[in-house]
Amino acid sequence: MSARDHAISYPKFLWRAVSMATDGSWLFYTWMLVLTAIALVGANAWAQQTVDGMALTSMSDHVSWGLYIANFTFAVGLAAGGVMMVIPAYLYRDERMHDVVIVGELLAIAALVMALLFVVVDLGRPDRFWHLMPFIGRFHWPISMLTWDVIVLNGYLLINAHICGYLLYTRFIGKKPDPRWYIPFVMVSIVWAISVHTVTAFLYSGLGGRPFWNSALLAPRFLVTAFITGPAFIVLTLRFMRGATRFAVPSGPVATLVGVMRVTVIVNLFMLGAELFTELYSGGSHAAAAEYLWFGLHGANALVPWTWAALLFNVAAAVILLTPALARRYWVLNAACVLAFAGVWIEKGMGLIIPGFIPSTLHEIVEYVPSTTEWRITAGIWAFGLMVYTVLMKVALPIVAGEERLDRRGAPAKPTAPAPAARDEEE
Amino acid sequence: MAEEPTDPTSEPAKEGFDRRTALKVGGATLGAAAFARALAPLTEWTEDLSVDGFLQKHYKELTPEELSAVLRRHEAETERRYGREVTIRDLRPQEGVSFGYALNLSVCIGCRRCAEACHIENNHDRRTQTSYIRVLEMTQGSFDMEHGTAVYDHEAVPAPGKYYMPVQCQQCDNPPCVHVCPVEATWKEEDGIVVVDYDWCIGCRYCEAACPYHARRFNWERPVVPAEEINPNQSYLSNRIRPQGVMEKCHFCLHRTREGRAPACLEACPTGARVFGNLLDPNSDIRWVLENKRVFVLKEDLGTRPRFFYYFG
Repeated sequence: MSARDHAISYPKFLWRAVSMATDGSWLFYTWMLVLTAIALVGANAWAQQTVDGMALTSMSDHVSWGLYIANFTFAVGLAAGGVMMVIPAYLYRDERMHDVVIVGELLAIAALVMALLFVVVDLGRPDRFWHLMPFIGRFHWPISMLTWDVIVLNGYLLINAHICGYLLYTRFIGKKPDPRWYIPFVMVSIVWAISVHTVTAFLYSGLGGRPFWNSALLAPRFLVTAFITGPAFIVLTLRFMRGATRFAVPSGPVATLVGVMRVTVIVNLFMLGAELFTELYSGGSHAAAAEYLWFGLHGANALVPWTWAALLFNVAAAVILLTPALARRYWVLNAACVLAFAGVWIEKGMGLIIPGFIPSTLHEIVEYVPSTTEWRITAGIWAFGLMVYTVLMKVALPIVAGEERLDRRGAPAKPTAPAPAARDEEE
Repeated sequence: MAEEPTDPTSEPAKEGFDRRTALKVGGATLGAAAFARALAPLTEWTEDLSVDGFLQKHYKELTPEELSAVLRRHEAETERRYGREVTIRDLRPQEGVSFGYALNLSVCIGCRRCAEACHIENNHDRRTQTSYIRVLEMTQGSFDMEHGTAVYDHEAVPAPGKYYMPVQCQQCDNPPCVHVCPVEATWKEEDGIVVVDYDWCIGCRYCEAACPYHARRFNWERPVVPAEEINPNQSYLSNRIRPQGVMEKCHFCLHRTREGRAPACLEACPTGARVFGNLLDPNSDIRWVLENKRVFVLKEDLGTRPRFFYYFG
């Protein structure tokens, strides 16, 4: 195809994508409507917070980061975990994974959008965002770890958007994707996923004044938990696709991802044990934050029920995943994915951020419980992230299945095309 | 994804297609309207924002003319918003001056007059009673802050068995807050003072997380100060009334000290526990203390190299 052909077919691709993203069953419309409503509540709360000030949050000079940064950290992990599909597919040449890889990459895109939004709503002066732009503002690179995070998060978003966009577009025009145009990016995205979460961990572990974060184990543990939440979410998505949509999903990928989770849940529990031992065995003031988190400190114990719940969830998920008799049952395995996801959300969200500030650097204990504004905005961003994911999947799946092509609309490639597995129809 | 299987071969009838398109357009319009409604509070906010303010450059990039215009704009804004005529100047570090501070823990009685003086001098928010100084009541026999408290309320100070340790910005020579700032909104000046450009800060609060001394404060909302209580002697990098949503911190009262005066906290101290001066001047009080007293710094193990010294004696 010449450049002129692309100039015609690419807008067609975009237009078709818009129309696919807005067409669907009543179930789809209801789902999107509910998410839109929640997102609007969040947008309104954010507008109010921007006008009236961050005083609408429960954060203080003692606990100066809260629910937003907790969810930011978790969302970055989810984005990094999205590539868990890519690694077996391309690094180990697991052909069965190739067709569902896009499910993970689209998850990475949606999670990154959420992560970036969580940073924006945490800014006291969002109107000054341009100060953070390289070349235009004053970008304190390479000294500030936050500038590294800006680079890796946006870079990761671009890489994944390119890979997904390229593969979908070539499918759409009925061409075989040129490996030179996406394989190098896939390889970069694997390394980049690791870097995204490492840099995010360094944001915290680089602070000498915060003993709870100042640990070399933080980055490895971030990666391990990312490779719990990513696969857990993807397994649930694949199973939903299989049950509720017409797309055929091979069972191989689910088995591979469950295999990954079997390792990561147990490594995470081991790392947790290693951290707790180091903190609590020697004791002293540097253990105060861990004491606060797990047992409460001088009567302050807002996080105690949460952190034990997280431990319970993580242990339960590990027991299910490592007991074949349980993991074989459809709903039990689904429950394990939900438990692992929720467990990490608590542990790596509020369970990581808040004890960094309690006790404060002057050993004062000021507790933090998120305000309704914070919950609204957080729910709004999650709803928006799910909308992005839904729309992306809605566009991607029929194209990958070969149903939507430039030369035909809404028709299956073959009368009984087994959907995503239909690789043979590439020209 | 949540799509019911439809018969994909049947092209939708023209009528159906049109209705569907109409519904989509209607839905999109409604959605856009709802979105605009949700974000409506922002219009109230943009009234407060000026184009000049939005486009304003970093302090270090402003030409003298631009800076002058900025100062006049802020003066006018303070008058409009707070009803008080103020002077906002730009004071630069002096040649051959490098500031240091020392505090004698043996004579500090924990009266917190320094914290109060700071509150007034620096036009802090009256409702939250903010101050750059936090005085810790420590227990005799322990130097562990875990056994101290900043919220004490006695009839008389000093309380028996206690000693007092005021903590404020240590003006570190290796300042973690400056390193972590993603936009260079905070930096160390020639005379050792760590300052914030309140007009450049994006309010991410990374510096507040990085500071090991709880020295930084965030403007969670617009400060409230009654007109008659406003200190009109202001400067750009120090005590001018801060905007909402930005960081601030102790600046060694640079609008005073860069003109040879003492910081407000020192002036307010009834026991003479505080010693401030030029580290480069061999005849200064601060040099005498550093040479003759057994001084120490807080959290030396973190490598922050403070310019704020403590001693007993």
